[in-house]
Amino acid sequence: MRNYDSIQHVRGDSLFIDDITPPQGTLYGYVYYSPIAHGKILQLDFSEALKSTGVKGIFSAKDIPGVNQIGGIIQDENLFAEDSVHFVGHPIAFIVADTQLHAHEAAKKIKSIYEKLPAIFDPRQAAAENKLIIPHRKFELGNIDSAWSECEYIIEGSVESGGQEHIYLETQGSIAFPTESGIKIISATQGPTAVQRTAAKILNLPMNRIEVDVQRLGGGFGGKEDQATAWACMAALAAYKLNTPVKLVLPRQEDIRLTGKRHPYSSDYKIGLTKDGKILAYEVTFYQNAGATADLSPAILDRTLFHCTNSYFIPNVRATGLSCKTNLPPFTAFRGFGGPQGMFVIETAIYKAALVMGMEPAEIQRKNLLNEGDELPYGQKTFNCNAIRCFDELDHKFSVKNIFQEIEEFNMKNKLVKKGAAIMPICFGISFTTTFLNQASALVHIYTDGSIRVNTAAVEMGQGVNAKLKRIAARTLSVNESRIKVDTTNTSRISNTSPTAASKGTDLNGFAVIDACNILIERIKKVAAEELGKDDASKISIIDENVFYENEPTILTFIDLVKKAYLKRISLTAQAHHSTPNIFFDLKSNKGNPFAYHIYGSAIIQVTLDCLRGIYEFDSVKVVHDFGESIDQIIDIGQMEGGIVQGLGWMTIEELIWNGEGKLLTDALSTYKIPDIHFAPKEIKIHALENSPNDFGPLRSKAIGEPPFMYGIGAYFALTNAMRAFRPNMKIKYDAPLTPEKILLNLYNK
Amino acid sequence: MIEFILNNNHVYTDFLATTVLLDFIRSEKRLTGAKEGCREGDCGACTVLIGEIKNRSIVYKSVNSCLMPLGEAHGKHVVTVEGFNQEELSPIQYAIVDEGGTQCGFCTPGFVVSMTGYFLSNKKIDVDDAVESLGGNICRCTGYAGIKRAVEKTVTVYEQTSLKLNHLDKLITAKFIPDYFKTIKKNLEQIRKNGNLRKSNTKYFIGGGTDLYVQQWEELIQSEALFASQEKIPNEILQTKNKIKIGGAATIQQVLESHVIKKHLPSLNKQLELFGSLPIRNRATVAGNIVNASPIGDITNILLALEAKLHLKGKRSGRDLFLREFYKGYKLLDKKRDEIVEWISFQVPSKKILFNFEKISKRTYLDIASVNSTIILEVKKDTITKIGLSAGGVAPIPLHLNKTCEFLIDKLINTENVKAAVEIAMQEISPISDARGSAEYKRLLLRQLFFSHFIKLFPQQINAEELL
Ligand SMILES: Cc1cc2nc3c(=O)[nH]c(=O)nc-3n(C[C@H](O)[C@H](O)[C@H](O)COP(=O)(O)OP(=O)(O)OC[C@H]3O[C@@H](n4cnc5c(N)ncnc54)[C@H](O)[C@@H]3O)c2cc1C
Ligand code: FES
Ligand code: FES
Repeated sequence: MRNYDSIQHVRGDSLFIDDITPPQGTLYGYVYYSPIAHGKILQLDFSEALKSTGVKGIFSAKDIPGVNQIGGIIQDENLFAEDSVHFVGHPIAFIVADTQLHAHEAAKKIKSIYEKLPAIFDPRQAAAENKLIIPHRKFELGNIDSAWSECEYIIEGSVESGGQEHIYLETQGSIAFPTESGIKIISATQGPTAVQRTAAKILNLPMNRIEVDVQRLGGGFGGKEDQATAWACMAALAAYKLNTPVKLVLPRQEDIRLTGKRHPYSSDYKIGLTKDGKILAYEVTFYQNAGATADLSPAILDRTLFHCTNSYFIPNVRATGLSCKTNLPPFTAFRGFGGPQGMFVIETAIYKAALVMGMEPAEIQRKNLLNEGDELPYGQKTFNCNAIRCFDELDHKFSVKNIFQEIEEFNMKNKLVKKGAAIMPICFGISFTTTFLNQASALVHIYTDGSIRVNTAAVEMGQGVNAKLKRIAARTLSVNESRIKVDTTNTSRISNTSPTAASKGTDLNGFAVIDACNILIERIKKVAAEELGKDDASKISIIDENVFYENEPTILTFIDLVKKAYLKRISLTAQAHHSTPNIFFDLKSNKGNPFAYHIYGSAIIQVTLDCLRGIYEFDSVKVVHDFGESIDQIIDIGQMEGGIVQGLGWMTIEELIWNGEGKLLTDALSTYKIPDIHFAPKEIKIHALENSPNDFGPLRSKAIGEPPFMYGIGAYFALTNAMRAFRPNMKIKYDAPLTPEKILLNLYNK
Repeated sequence: MIEFILNNNHVYTDFLATTVLLDFIRSEKRLTGAKEGCREGDCGACTVLIGEIKNRSIVYKSVNSCLMPLGEAHGKHVVTVEGFNQEELSPIQYAIVDEGGTQCGFCTPGFVVSMTGYFLSNKKIDVDDAVESLGGNICRCTGYAGIKRAVEKTVTVYEQTSLKLNHLDKLITAKFIPDYFKTIKKNLEQIRKNGNLRKSNTKYFIGGGTDLYVQQWEELIQSEALFASQEKIPNEILQTKNKIKIGGAATIQQVLESHVIKKHLPSLNKQLELFGSLPIRNRATVAGNIVNASPIGDITNILLALEAKLHLKGKRSGRDLFLREFYKGYKLLDKKRDEIVEWISFQVPSKKILFNFEKISKRTYLDIASVNSTIILEVKKDTITKIGLSAGGVAPIPLHLNKTCEFLIDKLINTENVKAAVEIAMQEISPISDARGSAEYKRLLLRQLFFSHFIKLFPQQINAEELL
């Protein structure tokens, strides 16, 4: 199969926010924001701007009828700055005019005076000054303090990993319309309810007067989980105040400047091993650069801690996380949600240990992989653990040993060009670690012509959830997929939605769809039994739209039953709610069973490095991945390929550079470079682990969105291996991304 | 009046010629297939094809409509993704759907247009070339693997189509394009040549617009402008007795494809693939690169080494000067406001010429150089008899390394001399730290590129290990 809207996509018929024909009289907004990283607003003068051509209104904190508050986890973020600004890009006002150009021109006429205050950009400095978003978090397993004495090798170090801009190809946007009952918002958000709840708060309206509708997103990757809300609220505020439709689509440069990104981390680790490479102890401290407000940082920090040991069993662990408040835009969710940052540190620790101990990193990796029943630092024990299977299958399928040998031979022969490879195993927990979010509902309608409409909380952003839900509904009802239409995500049809995030969209909503479809099946089976004059509806089955009784064909079909049900005044609409069973997590002891299951896999990444120029090409990425029973191969493979390339980008060329004043220098696609078709690996080979059904996923599938991203981490070590082939005694600071600049400097510094 | 054909419709408009084509298509014509992803030529979501009659047939080129002035569409065929739609999907559209080449779909129309453009403008079809033609299209979702599979599949479909037909009929028969494409030529011929563009006291002179529209589109769209294409500025590349001449309206892609250039600087066409992307090269002019005066201009860098001369045409008279003397300071030129670069010329390189261009950027393709460098030499008995050497990204202006050249002239090609020369080069440069790299990196990089020139051109004489 293929993505739900693929055919429309290739014809250019799919409508994104900016493609919707705006109603007559629609006004356009532009966000006016702080040019400084920290300061008091001494003066704010709109008078000239208000006189500017086409301007219809300028809105700031004082115009908010409700509460000037958009914080999700913690109420610490205002929609518009009040007396002070806390980062370059902090929204101050929203200008609305007849055209976007006029709104922008008016913005240039706003006069503001600030008193600059000291700003912090370094998370360690913030921690030293006790500027934390939440009190520090600590996960512990075993007894780390006594474990060190048993270790033959103890290796310490620090690791930096950079932020990452989402570059969803569709920038943030929304349109708000005044309606009879309140405001309708069409938003490109992963979290329709977050938009609804926050807009209600801003406008001082009950939630039932705000309707949020989401057709599709031109990419999300977490960047529109929490951070689509502000723009929707601004449009809603202006639409409400002016009683006119208002549209806000951020130009790319503003999108990059104003919105949060993946969190940069600075971390310290200490790892202890026996002489044959068994890891006994691991202590790690993460300084998360949270930016100016909480956003989702606490939850992201927790996921860093959850994944701090990646795919390994380590008996003694102490992992501490500090969410540090700095004067940068609030960092936010991005595919992997803190997991990648945690995994990069443990992998670095292993590579460094291997170097010190004169072992192959792969040997240490293999020796410490998780086994069935092993306890993770948060108390959950593994089950259906496929870590070792995937790792060994990788060798089996792709002859890992030969790869390394060929590389060695190549490197012997070539002086200025070197090759490198690295293995990257992953283990990623599936569920929102904020337990209450693990719920979803579905509303399924069957119409009298047999066509079916499925509503859920899931938002389609290219990840293929609509196609999967369609398949799940069709399989459950045993009807042809062509009967099914998956509707837009709408807060009036589905209430209290969890954001489509944490790779959980299909799992949560898929189960809800199954439940709703089963209710409908039960009802129409009853109708069938009545029609056939039988008592026992349980002996009825529907297969491919044909009705069977005790496995014998009958004259009835699905469509007959639908028509009959209607005439018999039986409801052809069903609603169901699903919540993931048996998960819990205690935030005090930091122990529990937070995940429904884990995803496993292993990849080998190969790179060729031009040691004269410091540039590189990825030759291949080969993976064995545990998909469960894939609902849709094309979609799942596409998630793999896309995730891997995004991960490679994070580790290599995607570099955020701020100047000393907290102004982002890489604020355009011309300076912030993401992978292009040439950069992508020449070959991506994916092998699906066989026989790995998953009882905790719909149709025995497994979630797919985030895990592949983390294979990209291997790119870093493939590169350092190639670098070492050129300069064996290289001392490198582990500091991602490993740009051509850092490579060259490391290869040639004195 | 600007008049052109948009897909299968005739368009007449009196909008300002400086209007951004993408805005016109999306807002005025409500064709929303072409998307705005960046408005600076860096994502390709806005890609459209421009068809133009040349030598009695239509030549199609992909361009970024976000950087293209509406006036430049006059007399041409503008094709958006909607213009390829037929009842059934085209083989390109079908392959993208089938191979998982689309996820969120935002980039997809751009890919469809670029791919179709590849088939329209090439008769020799090859998978690698087809992939190369997608270098200007960014996709954040798919990792490009599905897109590459789609390319392969489409090439196969094309190859299976009957060979007897001419190119356009072949594409129509295979449903790559709708059959209205057959009527376009006739309809274009009916459009009057000069779009009667209004122009009086204009502030702007637009070549390809790939710098101007990135930097100041908001001012541009409210202004009148002169266009190189309509000012009788030559746009050809030709060879006279001892000179190669590039017209002031010639594009980078023309240089890349030019037979004259291929003959005398055979490696250049491959190296110019590092310049922007195909749609950028299709619009960007050589003169624009020179006048924009960016220290990292790639073609400027090459022309500096080649000792190129400019012919400037003023209101009343013209004058010649060396490119090496054109730059007076950061974005400061020896040029009067109304002077226009009419020709760029350089001596036909001798047969014995050795030439190399190096460019390093964070991402190899579609990126601005951190540092670039060109060398051109003549060598007799291992001795340098003539040398040009430029360095970009290491000074406020596009730099020619005069002192380094002075040192190297009459010197033997050996490791020692190269080592000594690089020390002089290091004295000549003054890089600054910015988004493209730290000053320290740029210094090191120039050193490496300088060595690369010699390692590449003189593998016998130069011991790479000793150099590094
Ligand atoms: C996405 C993207 C990628 C790019 N990649 C590269 C790259 O890899 N390497 C590189 O070097 N550059 C690159 N550029 C920059 C740009 O494309 C080049 O500098 C290009 O050559 C500019 O030419 P143009 O005709 O488009 O200039 P315009 O934008 O039309 O003009 C630039 C300046 O030159 C003046 N001008 C133009 N023609 C003449 C003339 N005949 N006489 C006098 N003045 C004239 C204009 O008035 C203006 O001041 C890139 C740009 C973009 C948007
Ligand atoms: S909008 Fe990105 S290239 Fe035109
Ligand atoms: S499919 Fe989303 S950007 Fe390409």
